[in-house]
Amino acid sequence: MSDSSPALATHNRDLQHHFTTMEQQKDASVMGMWVFLVTEIMFFGGMFAGYMIYRYQYYDAWVEGSQHMDFWWGTINTAVLLCSSLTMALGVRASQLGRRRLTAMFLLITILFGLGFLGIKGIEYHGHWVDQQFPGTNFHFLGPNPRQVELFFSFYWAMTGFHALHVLIGICLVAYIAYHSWRGAYGPDYHNPVENVGLYWHFVDIVWIYLYPLLYLISHKHVSG
Amino acid sequence: MTTSAVPIRERENYLNKEYGIKSWLLTTDHKRIALLYLMSITFFFFIGGFFALLIRLELLTPAGDLVQADTYNKLFTMHGQVMVFFFLIPAVPAVLGNFLIPIMIGAKDLAFPRINLLSWYIFILGSALMLYTILTGGVDTGWTFYTPLSTEFLTTKVVAAAMAIFIVGFSSILTGLNFIVTIHRMRAPGLTWSRLPLFVWANYATSIIFVLGTPVLAISLALVGLERVFHLGIFNPKLGGDPLLFQHLFWFYSHPAVYVMILPGMGVVSEIVACFSRKRLFGYKFMALAVIAIAVLGFLVWAHHMFVAGISLYAALVFSLFSYMVAVPSAIKVFNWTATLYKGSISYTTPMLYAFGFIGLFTMGGMTGLFVAALGIDVHVTDTYFIIAHFHYIMVGGMVMAYLGGMHFWWPKISGRMYPEGWGKLAALIIFIGFNLTFFPQFILGYMGMPRRYWQYSPEFQVLNVLSTAGASILAVGYLLPMLYFLWSMRYGKLADDNPWGAAGLEWMTSSPPTTSNFDEIPTVTWEAYNYDQLKEVPVERQ
Amino acid sequence: MSDHIATKKTYIVVWASLMCLTAATAGSSYLELGRFNIILALVIATCKAMLVALIFMGVKYISQKMTWVVIVAGLFWLFILLALSMTDYISRSWA
Repeated sequence: MSDSSPALATHNRDLQHHFTTMEQQKDASVMGMWVFLVTEIMFFGGMFAGYMIYRYQYYDAWVEGSQHMDFWWGTINTAVLLCSSLTMALGVRASQLGRRRLTAMFLLITILFGLGFLGIKGIEYHGHWVDQQFPGTNFHFLGPNPRQVELFFSFYWAMTGFHALHVLIGICLVAYIAYHSWRGAYGPDYHNPVENVGLYWHFVDIVWIYLYPLLYLISHKHVSG
Repeated sequence: MTTSAVPIRERENYLNKEYGIKSWLLTTDHKRIALLYLMSITFFFFIGGFFALLIRLELLTPAGDLVQADTYNKLFTMHGQVMVFFFLIPAVPAVLGNFLIPIMIGAKDLAFPRINLLSWYIFILGSALMLYTILTGGVDTGWTFYTPLSTEFLTTKVVAAAMAIFIVGFSSILTGLNFIVTIHRMRAPGLTWSRLPLFVWANYATSIIFVLGTPVLAISLALVGLERVFHLGIFNPKLGGDPLLFQHLFWFYSHPAVYVMILPGMGVVSEIVACFSRKRLFGYKFMALAVIAIAVLGFLVWAHHMFVAGISLYAALVFSLFSYMVAVPSAIKVFNWTATLYKGSISYTTPMLYAFGFIGLFTMGGMTGLFVAALGIDVHVTDTYFIIAHFHYIMVGGMVMAYLGGMHFWWPKISGRMYPEGWGKLAALIIFIGFNLTFFPQFILGYMGMPRRYWQYSPEFQVLNVLSTAGASILAVGYLLPMLYFLWSMRYGKLADDNPWGAAGLEWMTSSPPTTSNFDEIPTVTWEAYNYDQLKEVPVERQ
Repeated sequence: MSDHIATKKTYIVVWASLMCLTAATAGSSYLELGRFNIILALVIATCKAMLVALIFMGVKYISQKMTWVVIVAGLFWLFILLALSMTDYISRSWA
C-alpha cells in the first residue's frame, strides 16, 4: 500500500513529528534495524573468530567435543527454528495485509516454536550438566584431549547461551507486537515494528543456521588418542 | 538576523520551552539530550582527572611513597577506563554531534529521538556501575583487561568494571546507529552528500566505527565476565586457551576506538579553520574521503598493539604495513587544513587557537605513531612512556583541544550567550603550555627507558617526571577556567547573535539558542558547504 | 515505495527448501570428505542463510540499495576480523 498522498501523510497518526512522510519514516526504521543487525553480526562474530582459531589449532578436540553433542536434538531444533521463521514471515505478511487477528495468530505460533527451541535447549543443557560437560564448574571428561575438549565446551555454552538469550529476547519482542497487533495498532500503512521484529527473529535464525553445523556436525569419524 | 535586542526570556527556545527536571530527564529533544551528556561526561572528566593528578603526584619521587603498588595499578587503570569510555569516546559525538547534526542537515531531530534518550539512560546505567566499581575498591587490570590477569589472578572489581564498559558500549552503538540513519535519510532537500559540513562527515565515519567495532569489545568483555563467573576457560592457557585471542578481540575494537576519539575532533577543526580563515576548506572531497578512509583502514591495524605480545612476525609485518597506510589520510587532512589557512583572512579567536593547537599537537602525536608502527622502534619503546606521550598528544593535545575548541565555537548557539573572549584565550594558552610541559618530557622518558604502569622508577628519571607533574598542575588550572566561565556566561555572558562568527552552515541560520524544532520550515539547500565567498547574499529558499 | 508482499506459496516453498537443506547438511555430515566436510556444511548453511535473508527478510525485494551496502559492509567487517586474526595463527609456525 503506498503513502503517495502528502495530505494523508501529514495526518497519519503514526507519523512522528520529525519525519516529513511515512515513507521517510519507514525507510529510516528499516535502515536502523539493519544497522542494528550488523552490530549483532559483529557481536557473534567475535565468538565465531575464537571458535575458528581454536578449531584450527585443536581440530581433534573439536571433533571429539562435537561428537558429544546430541545430533538429533540439534537437528530437530534447527527445524523448529526454521518453522518459526516461516510463521514469522507469514505474520509479517498478514500485517502488511492489515489482517490483525491473523498476524497475532502467526506471531503466537512463532512464540510457541521459540519456546520449543528453548525447551529443547534446556533438555540438552541438562544432559550436558548431568554428563559433567560444563567447563570449570562441573567438567569431567574421560576421552582424549580433555583440556581442549573443555575449551570446545566453553564455546558451546557461550555461543548457544548467547544465542538462546537472543531467542528469549525475541520471544518477548514478538509477544509485544502480537499484543499490539491484536489491539489494532498496525495496518497496511504502518507496520514497521512488526517488520523490524521479523528481521530480528530471522537474524537469530541465521545465527543458528551457522551454529548448528559448526557445533554439531564437525565429524562423525572417531578420533584416536 | 540579529536578535540581541530581544531578551532571550521573551523568545521561546529549547532551553526555556519547558522547565522542571522531568522535562529534562524525559526529553527527546536532541539538544537537551546533548546537554544531559555534557553534564555526565564533564563529571567523569573530573574523576579521570583526579586519578591523573594522583598518578602525577606519586611520580614526583622515584620511590613509591604516596600510594601502594596495587593502589597505583588501580589509579592508572581507572584513569584510562574513565577517560576513554566515559569521557573521550562520547565527548564530541554525544554532546556536539547530538546537538548539531540534525540542525546542520536541516532536520528537526535525529531519526530516532527516543533511542537517543535511551542511549543516555544506558550511559547513566553504565556510569552507575563504574562509580560502584570505583567506590568499592576499584579495578587494577589496566584499562586493557588483559587475560589471564583479569580472568584468573585478580580479586578486584573486574566483572563490575567490564560490565560497566559493556553497558556504555551500547550507548555509543545506539548513537552511531542514530547518526548513520539520520545522515542518510533526514537531509534537507538539496543537501547532497557533497554539500555536507565536514563535521557531519566526520561523525558519520565515527558512527561506522561505533557500529562495527563496539560489539566486538562487548563480546570480549562478556567473555572475560563469563570466564570469571563461570570459569569457562576460553582464554585459559591451562586448557589450551590463548591470552592473545583476548587481545585480538579487544584491540579489534580498541584500535578503531582511538579513531572514534579523533575523527569528530577533526570535524570540529575543519569547521573552525574554515570559519576563521573565511575560506572554503581546501580539498573538500579529499577531506571527506579521508575521514572514511581513516575509519576503514583503522580496522586493519589493531595488532600493532601486540607486536611484542607473541604474534607471528609475519602478521606483525602486515599490521605494521597497514599502520603506515592509515597515516596517509590523516596527513592529507593536516595538509589541507594548512592549505586552507594559506591566504585566508585569519582571526585569532579562542576556537581558532584550539584548532591551531590541535593541528600542531595532533601532527606530533601522529608522527610518533609512525615511529612506533616500525617494528624495530616499537620493540624498544613499547610499554614505555614514549607510548603514553604518543597517545596523549593525540587524545589530549588533539582531541581534548578540539572538543574545547568546538565548545567555544558553538557555545553561543548552545547557550545563547558569549563566553568572555579574553579568558578564553588565556585558558587556551595555559592549556597549551601545561599540556606540552606535561607530555613532552614523557617522550624523552620513554625513549630513555622508563616503563609505563610502574609506580616507582629509577632516580635518573626524576627531573623529567617533576616537570611533567608541574605541567599537569598547570593543565588542571587551564581546564578549570572554561568550566568556570562557561557557567558564568550562562547568567552574565553577553547575549549572542544568531551568527556571531559570521560562519557558514545551517546551524548559524537558526536562532541562538535554537527553538525546539530547530526550523519552522525545512530549508532547501542550494549552496555548497563553506560558501564564505557568497555569505552575504546566500539565497535562502524556504518551503 | 510500496511494500512488496510475497505470496504464501513463496514462503512455504522457501521453508520446504530450508528443511531439505537441513536434511542434506545433517546427512552429508556422515560422508567422509575430509576437509571438504566443513566447506560443504558452510556452503549449505550459506544457501539457507541467503534464502532466509532474501525471501523471509525481504532483501530481494527492497528497493533501497543502502540496505545491501549495510549488509555487505557487515559481512565484510566480519571477514576482516576472521581473516586478519587468522594471519597471526596460521603464520606462527612458519620458520
